[in-house]
This record gives sequence, C-alpha cells and structure tokens, in this order.
Amino acid sequence: MLTYIIRRLVLSVPTLLFIALAIFLLLELAPGDPMATVPLTVPPEVKEKMRLALGLGEPIYVRFWKWLLQFFWIEPKVFFDYLFGTNYSQDDLRVISWLSRAPVFDIVVKSMPQTLWVVGVANIVAVIIAIPIGIYSAYKQYSAFDQVGTFVTMVGFSVPPFFTGPLMIVIFAVWLHWFPSIYDTTLVVDDWTSFKKQLSQMFLPVMVLALQITAQISRFMRSSMLDNLNQDYVRTARAKGLSEKTVVLVHVLRNSMIPVVTVIALNIPTIFGGAIITEQVFKVNGIGYQLILAIQGNDLPTVQTLTFIFAVLIVFSNLIADVLYGILDPRIRYE
Amino acid sequence: MSFMEFSTQGYVMNDKTLDKTATEQFQEAHVTLSDTIILSPPRSQWLEIWDQFTKHKGAMFGGALFLAIVIAVIIGPSIWWVDAQYLPTGRDFIKLRDTRPIYNLIWDPSAKVNWLHPLGTDNLGRDTLARLLEGGQVSIAVGLTAMALSILIGTFVGVISGFVRGLDGLLMRITDLFLALPLLPLILVASLLFREPLTKLFGVEGGVFFLIVSLIGVTSWMRTARVVRGDVLALKEREFILAAQSIGTSSSKLVTRHMLPNLMSPIMVSATLGIATAIITESALSFLGFGFPPDFPTWGRLLNDSVDRMDLYPERVIWPGLLISLTVLSVNYLGDGLRDALDPRIRGR
Repeated sequence: MLTYIIRRLVLSVPTLLFIALAIFLLLELAPGDPMATVPLTVPPEVKEKMRLALGLGEPIYVRFWKWLLQFFWIEPKVFFDYLFGTNYSQDDLRVISWLSRAPVFDIVVKSMPQTLWVVGVANIVAVIIAIPIGIYSAYKQYSAFDQVGTFVTMVGFSVPPFFTGPLMIVIFAVWLHWFPSIYDTTLVVDDWTSFKKQLSQMFLPVMVLALQITAQISRFMRSSMLDNLNQDYVRTARAKGLSEKTVVLVHVLRNSMIPVVTVIALNIPTIFGGAIITEQVFKVNGIGYQLILAIQGNDLPTVQTLTFIFAVLIVFSNLIADVLYGILDPRIRYE
Repeated sequence: MSFMEFSTQGYVMNDKTLDKTATEQFQEAHVTLSDTIILSPPRSQWLEIWDQFTKHKGAMFGGALFLAIVIAVIIGPSIWWVDAQYLPTGRDFIKLRDTRPIYNLIWDPSAKVNWLHPLGTDNLGRDTLARLLEGGQVSIAVGLTAMALSILIGTFVGVISGFVRGLDGLLMRITDLFLALPLLPLILVASLLFREPLTKLFGVEGGVFFLIVSLIGVTSWMRTARVVRGDVLALKEREFILAAQSIGTSSSKLVTRHMLPNLMSPIMVSATLGIATAIITESALSFLGFGFPPDFPTWGRLLNDSVDRMDLYPERVIWPGLLISLTVLSVNYLGDGLRDALDPRIRGR
C-alpha cells in the first residue's frame, strides 16, 4: 500500500508539470499587456524597463522555469519563514499579481479560507443529508419515498447553481428577509452575535452548493445500496437471525460505502468548479471570485497560479479516491 | 403363442399409446409453436429497446418535454409575431419598457402590463417571450453541436485506443491528463483568449458560437472515450470479430461495419447526457460574462442580464432559469431511460 502511494505521488509530479506547462503555454497566447494600464505619458523606453522588471523580456522556457521555481521553492520558503520567523526568502522574487502588485500567495491565503469554509460545510451538510436518503430509498425501492426522493435528486442534479442561487436570494433574502444576500468577508467571528451572523450569511451559499452535492451522492448511494441488497451475504445475514437494522446499517451499508466514499473524493474538483459560480452569485471573496477577477483583469500570474492550485486539488483528490478505495476494499490489491 | 400374441398386442397397444402421445405431443408442440408465432412476431433488438424505453415513464416524459422545447424554439420565433430585436422608440419606449407578465394582475391589479407581451418586456422594451424563444435556439444549438463534437472526438479516441494496441497507453494518458485539468477555469481563460481572432474570422456571433462549441467539445469527450475503449476491448475478444477477421475484413471495415453498431448504446447514453452538460456549461459561461456578447440572447445571458434587478423583476430571472432547468432535467431523464433500455441485463425484466 505504502509503495503504491509513493509510486502514485511520484507519478503525479510529471502530470502536474505537464499541466503547469499546458496552462503556461495557453496563457502565453494571451493578448493582454500588463503595461496597458500604465499612463500614456510614460515614455516607451521606461515601459520596456518595467516590462523587463516584471520578467517579460526573457524567452519562454526561462520564464516557465522561473515560475516553477517561484511556485515550488520560493513560496514554500516564504511559508517557512512565516511559520518560524526566519528570513531565508528575503531577497527572492515572489509571484506578483499584475493587478494588485501584491504577491499572489497573499491573495490565496486571504481568499482560500472563505472558499474552504463554504465548500467544506456544504460538503458535510450534503453527506449528512444524502446518505440517509440514499439508504432509505434503496431499502424501500419503488415506495412513495423512493419515487419522490429520486425525482427531487434528479431536479437537484439538473438545476444549475446559477439559477438556484438567484432564486434563493429572491425568496429568502428579498421576500422573506431571513438571510443576507451578500457574503461579508470582513466579518470577524469573536462573539455569539457575530457567530450567528456568520451562520446566517453562510446559509444560502452552502444550501446552493449542498443541493447539488446531495443530489449526486444520494443517487450514487441508492444505486450502490441496491447492488448490495441483492447479494448472497445479505440473505445469509438474515438467515442467521440478525436484526434488520444490523443487516442494513452494518453489513450492507459498510459495503455500499466503498464506491460512495471514492465518489465523494472524486467530486471535490467539481465542487470547487461549482464554487466559482456560487461565489460569483453571493459575492463571496473566495478563490473562485479572485480567479474571475484575475481573468477579467488580464492578470496572468494570478490566473496561472490559481488555475494550477485547482489542478493540484484535482490530482490529489484523484489520488485520495484511489487510495481510499484500496483501504476500504480489501479485495483490491495494489502491487 | 399366447405369450407372443399378448406381447404383440402389448406392442400394438404400446405403439398406439406411443402414436397417440407422439401426435398429441406434435399437436401440442404445433399449437405452442403457432402460438408463439401469433403472439410475438420476430422482434428486432431495436423494437425491444423501444418497448423498454416506453415502459420507463420518466424517459417518455423527458423525451416528450425535450422534443416540445426543441420544436417550440425552432418554430416559435416564426409564429410569435413580436421581433426579439425590436426596440421601441419615443412614446412607445416609455409605454412598453419594464412591463410585467400578465399573470401579475392576479395579485397586483395595478401592475403595468401589456396584453400583447404576455411575459412582459425588459428595460429596453424588448419582448421577453420572443427573446426566450430566440435564446433557446442558441442554447439548444450550442448543446447539440457541442455534444456532437464531443461524441465524435470521444468515439474516435476510444476506438483508436481500444483497437490499436500501440496507441492505447499514450491516448489513455492524454485522457487522464484532460480529466485532471481544471476545466472550468481553462474554458474561461480560453474563451477570452481566442475571442478576438475568431470573431475576426467568422463575425461576432458566428465566432463566439464556434468558440464556445469547440471549447465545450474539446473539454468533455473523456468519459465517452473511456467507455468506448472499454467496450471495444471487450468486443475484440468476441467470436464474430474473429470470424470477420478470418474472412479478410479490413480494419476500417471491421470498425465501421462490426464494432460501431455494437457501440451505439453507450454512445447514445453519453450523447444525451452530453447535451445536458453542454447546455449547462454554455449557460454558466454566459452567466459569468464569458459567453455570448450582451444583447445576444441565450438563456444564460438573459439570466445574467437580469440578476442585478431581480428584486424588482424576478420573472426575468425565473423564466430563463426554469427553461434551462427543464431542458436539462428532460435530457437527464431521457438519458436515464435510454441507459435502462439499452442495458441488456435490465431489458426483458
């Protein structure tokens, strides 16, 4: 198992390098010019110097190498300095945003928690709702609950977040005034009232995201339970007199969770993609919101770094899914 | 003698009973044979599939709804007399702008409505129903074309990598790589990058259409490729392929004549589900402002344009959103039904 994990980790390095190269080459085609916002009174030779200072005069492979160096060596050093108060990274040039002239990783560090909070809570809520629904509708297949549940999950599966988002805002924020429509990212949670405020502003984005995830997971849970309920070992368990509760909730559930857990892990990148839209709808200052800002503002270093962070998330959630599958299912052996 | 007689009698009797039973058996067999002939004529595989499909209520409902939406957006604009691009001027503009849907009269008798515009008008006085119909044309056209492109790429890659052993590893690594790409961010970036050269080549609308269709097609073929490859690998081991090879069928004929017809079911299922993904992606792009240009109605664009004033005019958000959702829902149900109908393990049960 350990050798398998190590081999997969080693294999993910070329994958990530290749993705980084693909993103870099795609952005290389960008027509945007970081000097476009500089006043016209600045003479061309000064502009040329500024361009060189941003590292734009060099050939492609040098810039790619420099970006890799910044991402994988200088930024970890900065993080190390931040953790232990050392100053190894004093003179190093970090990845600088063209838009805000601040290091991109400062933006990431500022916006990542918002995204992780919303996405994480949505995921947990979705799993808590979806798994009982899946279990019960499989156990009572074709019952009224199952029919309604299947229809509702199908609707949740089909209605896009950029429709449920505005719809929820109209209903809960505009008509009922229950929740605020805009997420206030500057809110500091330090007492009970601000905690309640945080909960109420998180409610709508979490619900929109959770609806989609719930639909996917409960559909999967149901079909996985159905596969297992007809197996011989279930009949054996019943025949030896185990209670129905033990049979379904221990024997069947354990076996049906194997594919579901991997689906939850595999879904993580999709959820982050959905978070881009949800953050846009509710104006959550998360990583997806920053990405859209950067794309619109032609801020190539930020776009490159954020897109690459998304790629890292995808590659690692695939890895986690595969490893979990191996841990949960003893029939799978990796050599 | 007596024994002989007895025995012959016995034999005769035996023969008679045997005869009887034989004819009876024959008659019974004949009856059952003719019964089966009368009750179920020889059925083709597609008839079986159609039967299974019609039994799936959701699939029938989804298929009918999708067909209805497609027909409505195709012939709708030529029946509905208001032009979607018509901009009223002068006094007409003040009279026609921001009218509400006529059903608002039920709870708000003072609502500004115009009976000629049943779903109301926008802030420039354009008819909402006409814009919805025209927007639907674009959205569904994008969905169908992008699906066709993604199926074409996916089937091609899948067949090649299943059929040509030497290319299998390389093509599957490329597929894995595409699956590991952060697709939505890349589509957003690419839609900005290639917008200008393409609009210069094909004009504003044609260029954006081409851009969005190819972006969606190029980023959604991977699942089809994997499924098709798996099926090709399984088909390659079957006897009829061996038979076809042994009579000297060429590789290209082997694929087109013997493999592709057997691959139709997974391809059709991923095609229907592909329409749903394509429509959602297009609407998401338009919603984020990276899709079609403003004033060019697609459902996503209409939704995006009206989100800012949705507290005053919620219907402008609800109608396009409802249409996107209904289309996607119907296509998903259609795909579910097709999957059940085409799965030989479920069919016949």
